[in-house]
Amino acid sequence: MRYYLLRRLAFAVVTLWAVVTVTFFLVRLAPGGPFDGERRLPAEVEANLRAAYDLDQPLLLQYGRYVVNLLSGDLGPSFRQKDFSVNELIGMGLPISVGVGLAALSLALAMGVAGGTFAALSRDGPRDRLLVLGATLGLALPPIVVAPVLVLLFAVSLGWFPAGGYATWKHFVLPAITLALPYAAAFMRLTRGSVLEVLSRPHVVTARAKGLGRFRLVTRHVLPSALLPVVSFLGPAAAGLLAGSMVIEEVFSLPGLGRYFVQGALNRDYTLVTGAVVVYAALVLGFNLLVDLCYARLDPRIRHA
Amino acid sequence: MREALLGTPLARICCAVLLLVVLAAITGPWLSPWDIDAVDWDAIDAAPSAVHWFGTDGVGRDLLVRTLTGARLSIVIALAATLVSCLIGIPWGATAGYVGGAADMTMMRVVDGLYALPFILLVILLVVLFGRNIVLLFAALGAVSWLDLARIVRGQTLAAKNEAYVEAARAMGVRTPGIIKRHIVPNVIGPALVYATLTVPGVIIAESFLSFLGLGVQEPQTSWGVLIADGAREMRSAPWQLAFPATMLAVTLFALNVLGDRLRDALDRRHSSAT
Repeated sequence: MRYYLLRRLAFAVVTLWAVVTVTFFLVRLAPGGPFDGERRLPAEVEANLRAAYDLDQPLLLQYGRYVVNLLSGDLGPSFRQKDFSVNELIGMGLPISVGVGLAALSLALAMGVAGGTFAALSRDGPRDRLLVLGATLGLALPPIVVAPVLVLLFAVSLGWFPAGGYATWKHFVLPAITLALPYAAAFMRLTRGSVLEVLSRPHVVTARAKGLGRFRLVTRHVLPSALLPVVSFLGPAAAGLLAGSMVIEEVFSLPGLGRYFVQGALNRDYTLVTGAVVVYAALVLGFNLLVDLCYARLDPRIRHA
Repeated sequence: MREALLGTPLARICCAVLLLVVLAAITGPWLSPWDIDAVDWDAIDAAPSAVHWFGTDGVGRDLLVRTLTGARLSIVIALAATLVSCLIGIPWGATAGYVGGAADMTMMRVVDGLYALPFILLVILLVVLFGRNIVLLFAALGAVSWLDLARIVRGQTLAAKNEAYVEAARAMGVRTPGIIKRHIVPNVIGPALVYATLTVPGVIIAESFLSFLGLGVQEPQTSWGVLIADGAREMRSAPWQLAFPATMLAVTLFALNVLGDRLRDALDRRHSSAT
């Protein structure tokens, strides 16, 4: 198992390095620079600015310096927001994005696993049909459709939750629900499929024949093996949630990481964009490692390998 | 295949809906008296009426025409991105599956690595940095949706590579690229194309998502994402500006998902009965 985890770790590090490199060069090779504004700067001013941010150095040297700084956790100064370093900007946005993301993920997981198990247990019954239809509907309603509708309903008409901002926990309810819905649907379909498959396995049939109660049957014998595909979908789901959070932050005016990323890309704030991508990738890869760890604990074939 | 598309009433309704959307998208903007950027000064922010079936937007443009033009864009994007994903995914999967060994390992590891990344970031970067032209948007969306396809084609190739005709070709001295091009790809392309259609809803969502953020299609061109973003801003005073494009998008995605599920089930069944 240690070998398995070490291999996963090495894989994550290599992927992260590839992401850093690709983003670094992509951003710098693209036409247009951070100091192109409405008005052209005088040549000397621009030269000085470029020198101040080391942009006049050879590209490879810049890259080397960036990687060295990155290893000590420094993402550099922001090119456009003069008084801030990228670390500070990301430090402000990250907690909000991660908070919304984790809330949405837990919600999606809870709804999906519960719904999927219920659906599978009443296979082809009316409850199953309803849940499956609900899941198909959930997948067909992307956040850009759900978010405005929820705001109209719960914020404008009913006034239960605020429509935007981030002062209290109430501000996070609508964003988390919006973000969670499609993933709840995806988790539900996965759970339903794999519970159905596990229900027909010999060990479950035996347990049922022994007269085990339904609840214990499901929690002890069905879910531990049925959850494996769900766990392995957590990684891609986390990547998707982070992307989805960009729309959510826009709609609910939450100043999260996604907003800094979009702004940074529009302003060609090289360091901010690269920093945001690096943090996103590190988050997702770290989460994937965590998922691998859970997977290894759940699956005896890996635990004892 | 036919059973999957027309087997149940729900599937038939979904087919009809999709057909209707496509037909309306093709003929609608052409039949309508309004242009997508024509301003009706007598009807600014007007509710749906006999003249403007879907109402008008804040500068008096007909929303029906704009929604249908958005549908055109979604269809074109879906086709283009699917084509791009086939161009990358099929050769990638076929090569990995046929060559095997270390090459297979590395190639599928790349797919795994890309799978774990929030890919939309790269699309946003590409689109923002290299200018917002539609062709680039197509290519970028296609370039991020080939992963599933590559996995599936690899699986199909593993099954095909032990067939007698492949062995015969190898025995006659056909080289690896020739075998992949002449014998493997033609044999896996049928199911691969069906699977490729399953990426369509994802691409439509991704496009609407980018346009919603203002990173996709630009005025006066329009798409469902742009219309929904504009509608969401005015939803308190003019809810129809949100309702029509949002419903169109949701209905289309629902129909695509229902049919996609049935197609996938049908393919899985055929695959498992064949082995």
